[in-house]
Amino acid sequence: MKLVNQIKLVALGLTGSMVLAASVAQAQTELKVYTALETEQLKPYAKAFNEQYPDIKIKWVRDSTGIVTAKLLAEKNNPQADVVWGLAATSLLVLKEQNMLQPYAPKGIEMLSPKFRDADANPSWVGMDAWMGALCFNTIEAKKHGLPKPTSWEDLTKPVYKGHVIMPNPASSGTGFLDVSSWLQMFGEDKGWGYMDRLHNNIARYTHSGSKPCKLAAAGETAIGISFAYKGANLKKKGAPLDLVFPQEGLGWDMEAAAIVKGTDKMDAAKKLMDFAITKQANEMYNKSFAVVGYPGVAKPIPHYPADAEALMIDNNFEWAASKRKEILSTWQARYDGKSDPK
Amino acid sequence: MTAQIQQVVTGKQWSEQRKPAAPYLQVNKLWKHYGNFAALKEISLEINEGEFVCFLGPSGCGKTTLLRAIAGLDPQSRGEIFQGGNNISRLPPEQRDFGIVFQSYALFPNLTVADNIAYGLHSQNMSRQRIDMKVRDLLDTIGLPDVAKKYPSQLSGGQQQRIALARALATEPGLLLLDEPLSALDARVRLHLRQEIRNLQRQLGITTIMVTHDQEEALSMADRIVVMNHGVIEQVGTPEEVYRRPINAFVANFVGTMNLLPTKAASNHQVRLGDRVICCLTYKAKEMDSTWLAFRPEVAQLISAGDDKSTLQGDTRQLESFAGTVIHSEFLGNFLRVEVAMQNSDLSIKVDVGTQHANLQCCTPGQNVEVCVPSSDLQVYERYAGSSATNPALIASAGAVS
Amino acid sequence: MISVWNRNVNPADTVRLSKDDYIQRGVILIAVAFLFFTLLMPLSSMLVKSLQNADGDFVGLVNFATYFSNPVLFESVANSLQIALTSTFIVITLAFLFAYGLTRTCMPGKKTLRALTLLPLFAPSLLPGISLIYLLGNQGIFKGVLFGETIYGPIGIVIGMCFWVFPHVLMIMVTALSNSDARLYEAARVMKASPVRTFFTVTLPSAKYGLISASFVAFTLVITDFGVPKVIGGEFNVLATDIYKQVVGQQNFQMGAVVSVVLLLPAVFSFIADRLVQKKQVAMLSARAVPFVPSPHKMKDRLFFGICCLVVSAILLVIGMAVYASFITFWPYNTALTLNNYNFEEVGASWDFYFNSLEMAAWVAVIGTAVVFFNAYLVEKGRAFEPVRNLLHLMAMIPMAVPGMVLGLSYIFFFNQPGNPLNFIYATMAILVLNSVVHFYTVCHLTSVTALKQIDSEFEAVSSSLKVPFYATFWKVTLPVSLPAVLEISVYLFVNAMTTVSAVVFLYSSDTMLASISVMNMDEAGNTASAAAMAVLILVTCLAVKGTHWLLSQKLLTVTQGWRNR
Repeated sequence: MKLVNQIKLVALGLTGSMVLAASVAQAQTELKVYTALETEQLKPYAKAFNEQYPDIKIKWVRDSTGIVTAKLLAEKNNPQADVVWGLAATSLLVLKEQNMLQPYAPKGIEMLSPKFRDADANPSWVGMDAWMGALCFNTIEAKKHGLPKPTSWEDLTKPVYKGHVIMPNPASSGTGFLDVSSWLQMFGEDKGWGYMDRLHNNIARYTHSGSKPCKLAAAGETAIGISFAYKGANLKKKGAPLDLVFPQEGLGWDMEAAAIVKGTDKMDAAKKLMDFAITKQANEMYNKSFAVVGYPGVAKPIPHYPADAEALMIDNNFEWAASKRKEILSTWQARYDGKSDPK
Repeated sequence: MTAQIQQVVTGKQWSEQRKPAAPYLQVNKLWKHYGNFAALKEISLEINEGEFVCFLGPSGCGKTTLLRAIAGLDPQSRGEIFQGGNNISRLPPEQRDFGIVFQSYALFPNLTVADNIAYGLHSQNMSRQRIDMKVRDLLDTIGLPDVAKKYPSQLSGGQQQRIALARALATEPGLLLLDEPLSALDARVRLHLRQEIRNLQRQLGITTIMVTHDQEEALSMADRIVVMNHGVIEQVGTPEEVYRRPINAFVANFVGTMNLLPTKAASNHQVRLGDRVICCLTYKAKEMDSTWLAFRPEVAQLISAGDDKSTLQGDTRQLESFAGTVIHSEFLGNFLRVEVAMQNSDLSIKVDVGTQHANLQCCTPGQNVEVCVPSSDLQVYERYAGSSATNPALIASAGAVS
Repeated sequence: MISVWNRNVNPADTVRLSKDDYIQRGVILIAVAFLFFTLLMPLSSMLVKSLQNADGDFVGLVNFATYFSNPVLFESVANSLQIALTSTFIVITLAFLFAYGLTRTCMPGKKTLRALTLLPLFAPSLLPGISLIYLLGNQGIFKGVLFGETIYGPIGIVIGMCFWVFPHVLMIMVTALSNSDARLYEAARVMKASPVRTFFTVTLPSAKYGLISASFVAFTLVITDFGVPKVIGGEFNVLATDIYKQVVGQQNFQMGAVVSVVLLLPAVFSFIADRLVQKKQVAMLSARAVPFVPSPHKMKDRLFFGICCLVVSAILLVIGMAVYASFITFWPYNTALTLNNYNFEEVGASWDFYFNSLEMAAWVAVIGTAVVFFNAYLVEKGRAFEPVRNLLHLMAMIPMAVPGMVLGLSYIFFFNQPGNPLNFIYATMAILVLNSVVHFYTVCHLTSVTALKQIDSEFEAVSSSLKVPFYATFWKVTLPVSLPAVLEISVYLFVNAMTTVSAVVFLYSSDTMLASISVMNMDEAGNTASAAAMAVLILVTCLAVKGTHWLLSQKLLTVTQGWRNR
């Protein structure tokens, strides 16, 4: 008996892992869904889906956009996810480029705005909603430092804002990338980079996540945070001394989208989820957080958002952004990454 | 030296028993290599049942290596070992039949004395009562009946070593191995325990091998001594044989103290020391050139230069005398050890002078004296160039390591 | 003799093997296989990855060329070195003064001061970063101290590192300074050497190796830490944050592997140097040294008491600020106290993360202690397979030189390979446990070996002569005798598993999200107060475990270890 105990002791290290793993894998129709949705959205989304498909259980794997994308790419040779539901379209385009998505046309796809779907006849992804960039402007700090409220992107390059602007690093943040890609699309490549050169002089630092600049503005760590509208509206609701600014030149935006991961062995269930993701009911659900959704006519205005949100959105070319992503980022890095080495 | 007389008797007893029985333990051409270094070189040895044998030698001579090979703890590279007629050379220690006691006691600190002694009994499917009884018996045997419930750290060194002995004996092994069991103890306890181990061994009649570097310990305890050096056995014999008739200069110098004077062979019964021819009754000329002239400090006698030799004990005609100056004397209780620098030479001689009778006058440094040795007590050994036996200083230092 | 026996190749092949031998050989092979699959294979798959392009084709050193030709990336090397050297210098100076106060003066409150310096060990390295935001950030209480300089950058990293590394360095320093021999001081006094001269001729030389060793430890810890620069580094890039950016932000695994290799170099170098120095130190210590007992000296005692109090206050300030901040409603505009920050669900985190951490730390403590101690036992007390046991010992030393992030990334590469039969543990609790056990392996191994070395080396010989199998003696004697060390190891593992970020940042899944990671994520998302709350929660938990361990060992030792010191 004692011998058995001794061996167990050593073997525990190896077999313990198997025991743990075994408890995770259960025999049930279970979809592993990768997402970058906000945590508080997960439960209601799953509940709505289960009302229609009670036999399919959603197992969420949630993280921020960059990390979920990284995970999916890391697992390229050995995909863990069945479905992606709620990830930036630019990220999904990268996955599509890597041939990791399973094309499927969900039922009712024809009802969706053409902007909100992959242009292929058999689309690799379908859009859900759009989120857009915005400036979070701390009124108290602005007053303290005597800063006027900016109204345009160009305003941000004025010397008065030097050291008071924080923006997300496009290399890690989806929001950061949509800003950079929108400037390049709006101003043209040369002028776009020129703009960023000037802006860079005023930037205090680049953050890893897209929501952080707004949080920092809310906490007074900075006066202006380049972030996205949803976060700003949320913080304002909580009582942060913020004004949301939507620069007049236009707003970069990205889409939250859904797709089936190639190689899933639960294709039926995955298809059902995709069908659900573009229903009117689902889009009404999206609208609780986002002003612009894929199903035409569903969107209702939400507080602290500009009424004409959709009008401010630039004509974003996702294909261009995704294909240029690597190039843009390496240029950006060479120019701005590392405050001590401004070129 | 009283112990020695005792030894002679037991030595004889043993040689009488020896004839009928086959040796209990037989070591046959044993080699042990560590890389290119040979720690044991073709060791062969026989030990009889009930015998107490000491492996004696300077550190690094291979005595512990040999003991561990016999135990199977450190298996030999080549050669065979037989115990009780069985070839045990390839058996792991668990399958051999021995008990072992180490210098460090190696008592399990977290177990009581009783649990320590009973440690090996539990694996013998013995009933609890029998174990308890056995433990009590053993504690009585070693004279510590009241310590069963104590922990080792609560006992003195000597007591701990007795417990270790009891633990080794508990499983009634055929062979008891003692690896320098007394070296960690202080002098007084060591003397006492020496006697006790010897008595216990004789009482139980268990075949015992003890490793030691302490020649006095070996002389006083062993039936036979195996003197080892550089991985070979130099001499095997009773304590008396080893002391009185050392087989070579190494043994002579390692066991007890020996004066060694470099000489050249001359003819039968004669060697040459410098220009002088010295008569040596025991010496028969062999084909060798370099020799050692050897005698023990206690066989030499000291007189002031020019004194009458007729006052000396023994046959004065058969004396060899060496003139010299006392350079230093050491008081060692019942005798003085006097060091005499020989005239016209850089050699020196040690002489033991009894403190009770002798004229101590001549022992003060600076005195001119004569050292007189009976020719019958002079011995001659081969002297090899380059062998350690040609360098008395080296032997002495090796022997002094404790 | 005994050591000769242990060190040389055992020709036991000529000897028939007993059941004991077979079992021992079996478990040694399992132990070697364990480290082979959890350490060597992952690391080598990382090395391979650094030589491949995105499609997995071999491209030689192209990735390295790209890396070194990118000035921004390459600058991180300079930044890392700069931070590491500066922090090492500061922390060594402070720790030396502190240790000097503890060992060479008669200042009051030594025990309390010493205990308080250990506090940083129980917090994730993210905590000092978060705390510094509140203390010295743009809305910080003591913002003025920085004279307009920003805390987000090298200044913040260095301060945070000093806080976090200090206890590690202090431990080595105290040991080094307590090792010195009182007889040397007596000799110096007799020869009428001035105190200054005595300091330079006696104190400093005797602590020399300790100083060097502590410097290497500090250097390695700083250059490989991820938590501090992640929170407070701002735009100041270092190697550790670069790996994270490359992998998580840019999905560039090859470049992550390249930076990992680059980061591995200084760590390995400093590890080897430290090993060499430590060998010398052992040789220098004399068993006959008489411990130095300081004599009172009013001025000196007061001076060092002042210095030590200052250091401890700084530590308490950092921790206190984090605790305070975790109860603030909305810094800096609404400083009313609230428990709301501990309602992690509000900010998209969860208490589940905390319980995940507890579960993982418990597993790491239990499995890690068992595996590490038993393996150390095989290395130290085994009698078969000498070369294999030496190999095991060597392998056990490697994790010390491997930064947590590098190990974590290696795990992705290795365990997520298609066709790897161990793939099933990917994205489970098991991989986190495994990774943490391996990451913290070396210190536990060394602690075990030290404890085992103190046990008589003949126990195994005695038990085999008594025909008791080695595992029975392990269970009945070796383990009970080593119980204090075993408890120590398990607490060390628990605390480190609770606080680590770098080792697991690439490996957690949504089911196994950990408290320490969520601190990082919450901070990343700008929910600094909640991040502080979670960090404080981790700190409190670790302190509670350490406290329980302390009480337990007091009680347990009197009950089970009655044989000691009687």
